[in-house]
Amino acid sequence: MIDGEVLQRVLGVALGNGADFAEVFAEDRSSSSASLDGGQVEEVTSGRERGAGIRVVTGETTGFAHTADLSEAGLVAAARAAASAARGAGEGRTVVLGPAGEHRAPDRVVRPTSVGKQAKVDLLRRADEAARAAGGDIAQVSVGYGDSHRHILVANSDGLLAGDEQVRTRFRVSCVASGDTGMQTGNESVGLTMGMELFDLRSPEATAEEAARRALVKLLARPAPSGTTPVVIGPGSGGVLFHEACGHGLEADLVGKGASVFKGRRGELVASPLVTLVDDGTVDTEWGTAAIDDEGRPGQRNVLIEDGVLTDYMWDFLRARQEGRGSSGNGRRQSYKHLPMVRMTNTYLTAGTDDPDEIVAQTPHGVYVAKLGGGQVNTATGDFVFGMTEAYLIEDGVITEPLREGNLIGNGPEVLRTIDAVGVDFAMGGPGTCGKDGQGVPVGLGQPTLRVPALTVGGTAA
Amino acid sequence: MTELRALAEKVAGWARDGEQVEAYVARSTGTTVRAYRGEVESLSQAASAGLGVRVVSGGRQGFASAGTLEPEALSETLAEARDNATFGTPDDHAGLAVPDEVEPASVDPWDDALAGTGTNDKVALALSLERATLDGDPRISGVRTAIYGDGMGEAAVATSTGIAASWRSGNCYLSVSALAEADGETQTGHGISVGRRLDALDVDEAASDAVDRATRLLGSRQAPSRRLTVVFDPHVTASFLSIVGGTLNGEAVLKGRSLFAGRVGEEVASPLLTLVDDPTDVASFGAAAYDAEGLASRRNALLDGGVLQGFLYDTWSGRRAGTASTGSAVRSYASTPGTGARALAIVPGTLSAAELLAEVGDGLLVQGVSGLHSGVNPVSGDFSVGAEGMMIRDGATAEPVREITIASTLQRMLRDVVAVGADLEWLPGGTGATSLAIRDVSLSGS
Repeated sequence: MIDGEVLQRVLGVALGNGADFAEVFAEDRSSSSASLDGGQVEEVTSGRERGAGIRVVTGETTGFAHTADLSEAGLVAAARAAASAARGAGEGRTVVLGPAGEHRAPDRVVRPTSVGKQAKVDLLRRADEAARAAGGDIAQVSVGYGDSHRHILVANSDGLLAGDEQVRTRFRVSCVASGDTGMQTGNESVGLTMGMELFDLRSPEATAEEAARRALVKLLARPAPSGTTPVVIGPGSGGVLFHEACGHGLEADLVGKGASVFKGRRGELVASPLVTLVDDGTVDTEWGTAAIDDEGRPGQRNVLIEDGVLTDYMWDFLRARQEGRGSSGNGRRQSYKHLPMVRMTNTYLTAGTDDPDEIVAQTPHGVYVAKLGGGQVNTATGDFVFGMTEAYLIEDGVITEPLREGNLIGNGPEVLRTIDAVGVDFAMGGPGTCGKDGQGVPVGLGQPTLRVPALTVGGTAA
Repeated sequence: MTELRALAEKVAGWARDGEQVEAYVARSTGTTVRAYRGEVESLSQAASAGLGVRVVSGGRQGFASAGTLEPEALSETLAEARDNATFGTPDDHAGLAVPDEVEPASVDPWDDALAGTGTNDKVALALSLERATLDGDPRISGVRTAIYGDGMGEAAVATSTGIAASWRSGNCYLSVSALAEADGETQTGHGISVGRRLDALDVDEAASDAVDRATRLLGSRQAPSRRLTVVFDPHVTASFLSIVGGTLNGEAVLKGRSLFAGRVGEEVASPLLTLVDDPTDVASFGAAAYDAEGLASRRNALLDGGVLQGFLYDTWSGRRAGTASTGSAVRSYASTPGTGARALAIVPGTLSAAELLAEVGDGLLVQGVSGLHSGVNPVSGDFSVGAEGMMIRDGATAEPVREITIASTLQRMLRDVVAVGADLEWLPGGTGATSLAIRDVSLSGS
């Protein structure tokens, strides 16, 4: 994308005021999407974003500027702006870049750019037909396809030079079912760090049928009860609970600012001994997987909580440097227009030893959550809230009636401490987008069946 | 601006026979300063530009975008949009905006003083915001973020159907998140101030808001489950309005995704509630003379005394609904236009915030909600979100509460509004919100 000698000169300019560290992050991203709504293929779109963000660090101050102009003149202008924002004083120095670490998407990836647009449109139609075939009560179907193909290049004043090619493909179906009780919605999405072969693993029909089934089930649902109750969370999507309720509190930037309930607690028992929590940027083709992070460091498997004991936080370059340690490969950014910060990759709770059916059977009454929706956490208090998008009552140890939407609310550290059953049935959930300080990045989630003895359900039942 | 308009007109002029072409071009700059422990933690200078091209041909629409305005990108993006247009389903209602008779209002939400402000003044504001917050109360243990930010943007749109418009806007803000600590417990509170020029920003107000919100939650606990009257503060009302705005979106209505479809002329809300979307009101941060398809902005009444007046439309949805655009197209250069509220505001009532609490007597003042995106279903209307705030007893705030949810349905909440505050606040996103009292909401807690 940019010649090595140009990078060395640009880094030299960036360091010109005597800064401690400088970095060039360049990105070339092509994306395409197609959508279908009400039987009509509404939109086929494509986009291209290309540019570089330059970061200069002097002491504790970071200066940042970005440019869409990848010529040497454009890069030098951005480097000057970033350097002046970081305001160092003193001598510059010369940067010698090491050998280029180059990654690329595996050969088995079918790059979306190599596939005709008609093939993408056909996927939409197949899903639309399958959803409509699910039942007469399906009133509306919308389908979305999206892919992105991203080349990144990172060079910094420590001599690091690394590049990566990242391909992601995603597919979403939303259905509205209409019945005597009004309208209900059902959604399903799949997404992996791979190309069009995603659809060999998961057909558009399967995704559509799942979305339709959720909407139809909810037509029969009754309002969720309110109050505190045992909650069993089924495998997969519940991982979002650990992402929000614990993961964010284990990000070193928040810990460093005292904005985390987990600050200063390394080595302590912070969770039930049944809990092992991992953030892992290397899980095969998961949505949050990448060979290197957006600071050029290799993705890693990081155990955050092991058998209930807090083992480590997640680190980006800057926070790790302040602590005199290495990055854990968690420096990520939304695009070249953004500064990197500590972000999760794929966050999951590992499998336990309990039989999932037994966990339900041994819960006399409560709520079974088959699918959790998005959530939010206050990292300083650990208080969280999540939407239940598919949930059922548990009565006498049996899963019974479906429930309409409601929220789960609780406190992350408290949930971690009180989990009293963890199943053997680990599964990853669907693709997620994590928002932090206004930046969205792709993340993966996962978890086995587990039980929390007391959580507050905020339902709409009278 | 004129340069951007000329660029857009050039691309629109490349339309072939039987084809409509629209070019939307935008350019923006911005500065973000984060202060931490009396130093600049980061200073970012952003400059972006890009174009989006829409082609309609044979009733099919295609779109492509590029994050640059370099000359070769213009023709490449048009070619890509043209190619994309061959894959859609033909639609009789497809087509670009055509000039209507509405005169643009003379709103130019731009201030040369902001555009000319030097970085030092911005840095000073961020640092003093952090200082004022730390000094606000001995229980403040730290500041997670203290930010000065601004953005200035210009955009132009031109079509082969005769649209040629350009506009600009600028604004700045302060945002601070405070940490309060007592007895081993930490709470957070957020404060903001927004304006169009630096001297409109109020450091002390943003800081004291964050300090009050954080410290008053110390010692908070769950409240017992019950039904009660809640009072939303203006920030919470704004979050609620963003959901209501989605249900009044004409595109959602047409696609069977709004609970208000087919109910124009009916009383769907409390008679106390009047809601407008008015981007011609320069007080709103969503003010602009034109919408994102280049049609003049106009004042759209949505609820008048609780009666549903109509919906918001862009060109496509207006045409398909058998009416016309209400000038409600929104977009970035990287997306096709969609329909959306641009300056949604409640017409204020007569009660001050304190009078409103006195009137309610017994209930819950909600100062923050969470999980809005997962907890509200705009199709079914089910509404359940996490909340924190203060109980209201004898007409005044009492003990703080957290880790509770409040729930109802959108339909019921709109009908159950029992008081509208006079305390109109203009917030980021263009929203104008007041305090709002809503009766008979379920609180789930202990």
